[in-house]
Amino acid sequence: MSRIKLSDSAVETIKEVCMSFGNQEGELINVLHQVQDKLGYLPAEVQELVAQELNMSVAKVYGVVTFYSYFTMIPKGEFPISICMGTACYVRGAEQVLSEFKRQLKVEVGQTTPDGKFSLSCLRCVGTCGLSPVIMVGEKVYGRVSPQQVKQIIAEYQEGCPSHEAKSA
Amino acid sequence: MDMINLTIDNKPVVVVKGTTILEAAKSIGITVPTLCHMKLDDLGIENKPGGCRICVVEVKGRRNLAPACCTEATDGMEVSTHSIRAINARRTVLELILSDHPSDCLVCAKSGNCELQDLAHRLGIREIHYKGEQSSYRADTSPAIIRELNKCILCRRCEMMCNEVQTVGVLSAINRGFSSVVSPAFEMNLDHSVCTYCGQCVAVCPTGALTEVDHTGAVVRALADPTKTVIVQTAPAVRAALGEEFDMEPGTLVTGKLVAALRRLGFDYVFDTDFSADLTIMEEGTELLNRLKRHLEGDPDVKLPILTSCCPAWVKFFEHQFPDMKDIPSTARSPQQMFGSIAKSYFAGILGIKREDLVVVSIMPCVAKKYECGRDEFAVNNNPDVDFALTTRELAALIKVSNIKFRLLDNEEYDAPLGESTGAGVIFGTTGGVIEAAVRSAYELYTGKELPKIEFEELRGMEGLRKATIDFNGLPINIGIAHGLRNARKLLEDMRAGNSWYHAIEIMSCPGGCIGGGGQPYHHGNVEILKKRQMALYREDSNKAIRKSHENPYIKKLYEEYLGHPMSEKAHHLLHTVYFDRTR
Ligand code: SF4
Ligand code: SF4
Ligand code: SF4
Ligand code: FES
Repeated sequence: MSRIKLSDSAVETIKEVCMSFGNQEGELINVLHQVQDKLGYLPAEVQELVAQELNMSVAKVYGVVTFYSYFTMIPKGEFPISICMGTACYVRGAEQVLSEFKRQLKVEVGQTTPDGKFSLSCLRCVGTCGLSPVIMVGEKVYGRVSPQQVKQIIAEYQEGCPSHEAKSA
Repeated sequence: MDMINLTIDNKPVVVVKGTTILEAAKSIGITVPTLCHMKLDDLGIENKPGGCRICVVEVKGRRNLAPACCTEATDGMEVSTHSIRAINARRTVLELILSDHPSDCLVCAKSGNCELQDLAHRLGIREIHYKGEQSSYRADTSPAIIRELNKCILCRRCEMMCNEVQTVGVLSAINRGFSSVVSPAFEMNLDHSVCTYCGQCVAVCPTGALTEVDHTGAVVRALADPTKTVIVQTAPAVRAALGEEFDMEPGTLVTGKLVAALRRLGFDYVFDTDFSADLTIMEEGTELLNRLKRHLEGDPDVKLPILTSCCPAWVKFFEHQFPDMKDIPSTARSPQQMFGSIAKSYFAGILGIKREDLVVVSIMPCVAKKYECGRDEFAVNNNPDVDFALTTRELAALIKVSNIKFRLLDNEEYDAPLGESTGAGVIFGTTGGVIEAAVRSAYELYTGKELPKIEFEELRGMEGLRKATIDFNGLPINIGIAHGLRNARKLLEDMRAGNSWYHAIEIMSCPGGCIGGGGQPYHHGNVEILKKRQMALYREDSNKAIRKSHENPYIKKLYEEYLGHPMSEKAHHLLHTVYFDRTR
């Protein structure tokens, strides 16, 4: 496993979150939730630090991280792609759009391309059913997407960033 | 006490409130089959995740079957353990478990000792009616333990041992649904984790998912090599348990047969780790007295209490978890390693052969000894002091394969000079034994007086944490004993906080000490077996003519001819070691 070094600020953040839950082992899920919200993902080093702060074994922390699909150990891509799987989008072909993204990017849902550019995830209804099927790249929404358009959408981000709003925060 | 009246299979039974149906049934001789459940009475160890549902029974008036291992008996309950419905449900559950289990029984290391195989036999499974996906999890091999998780049934006994009993915390259930397994963090190999190799997970695994690394092949090859002299040492706890593998009563001492069997197998010399246990006492006891003397003279740098260091799993535990305290344990090597070191220097010298031509094998109740003998510091020019460590179980298998009729063997004696031992060396195999052996010698060496009574009952027993004060002729010496690493952790945390009351502490990783080692015949949750092994060792001790390590004539001779005196420079070089900080 490649190891990263946590920045001082990340260490600080994690410790603060743990502290805010009284460094209680029983609060593990809440702690992980908040840490992931702040850092985007939960790599090994983060889990080790959380384990240390909550005074529990890393194996148990890892057990919880791998139990809930919400938690991820993989950093989001520079351009996170989310595909709505709400009923309306699903009925109107979201599944095929998703398969096309998987095929083009050669990654599964929850994964990130090796160059770190794109990550793929599914969403529940984003509330723009009129535009279904809907996908988002970062904050930018694309409506009525067909599998044929996928290639072009990816190409938009391949070279650089066409619109800054799409960049993940 | 609130009492509960119920009937099980139409038999009335009265139990204390809080008793499970399983225990209530057991109290009137009714066995309900179980799989995930395991309880070690008196040791306070219990695994009851209620996950496997093999133990389901029918309770009158309830719609659903109840798992007996985790359902409390209630007043007026009418339980039937073997109704058609219960039996069918049990068989279905078992077939479902088996549908995702490799059918490797014929060649599985656990065959004949597997609780899953046994259950399939008892429930008369002849066909598996379900076809499902088969797990294909990679196998993980470490210096001591093999994990083959395709054979895991997720009973989580190993997890309970590793977390609750040992507080090592290597193992945890991970993932969900079909892909869940018990694994170290990040699915790293055991070898990269903080695992101590205590083998307690192996000792309780009902299937072949966790087993020891098998070294019998290498030993057989060495025995067949005419250019090698192959010698063997046997750890104290082996003689109290090996007989079980040959259907002898637990607690039968088989020392003489053990020696005879090893000769039949072709070992050139059969020696005893008890000898080097006596040597350990000489070194560790002297170290204790030195530290005590400096302490009494007011030396502020002296480290007390002294901690024993003969258990390699305990050593690895503190190297990972308490590296800041690594100068507190005794520097004495374990008896296995002292033996190897003396064999390949002193004894090779007597034989007039090179150390490379001498192969040292040890028979150990222990899984961690396999790891210990491979540690770099216990080798000279890459030639290890101890070449191979076999578990009691591996030896039993080798004896069976070699068609030796173990029960019919006549007793034989160990060879000289490394086979002579005292009663003190024998009791090393049980919790409390090492420190009792040390006290016997330290008392006499310190006071210059003969002990009025050799047995120290106050140091014996099965409590996880014990303490006693021994009067060294007016000087009170406070002794602590811990077995199971959770108990060791408690003592170390007190020590770290600066409030430890002890002068000397014995620590053994396995519950019961080495008699309960990870390499012993499987106890299948029966603690009585451990107690019988313990009694057997005390019996062997009381039958010995010499019962104090410093009176062992061959030990005296070894110091006269070779080492000089305890803690001499030579002894330091050959019999002591250093510890490492294993935090990354
Ligand atoms: S050998 Fe001991 S420390 Fe290692 S995983 Fe098993 S129980 Fe845990
Ligand atoms: S490895 Fe063995 S003890 Fe551990 S959960 Fe699997 S079957 Fe149970
Ligand atoms: S207590 Fe004995 S059997 Fe258990 S790990 Fe330690 S040395 Fe090995
Ligand atoms: S033995 Fe009772 S649920 Fe497994």
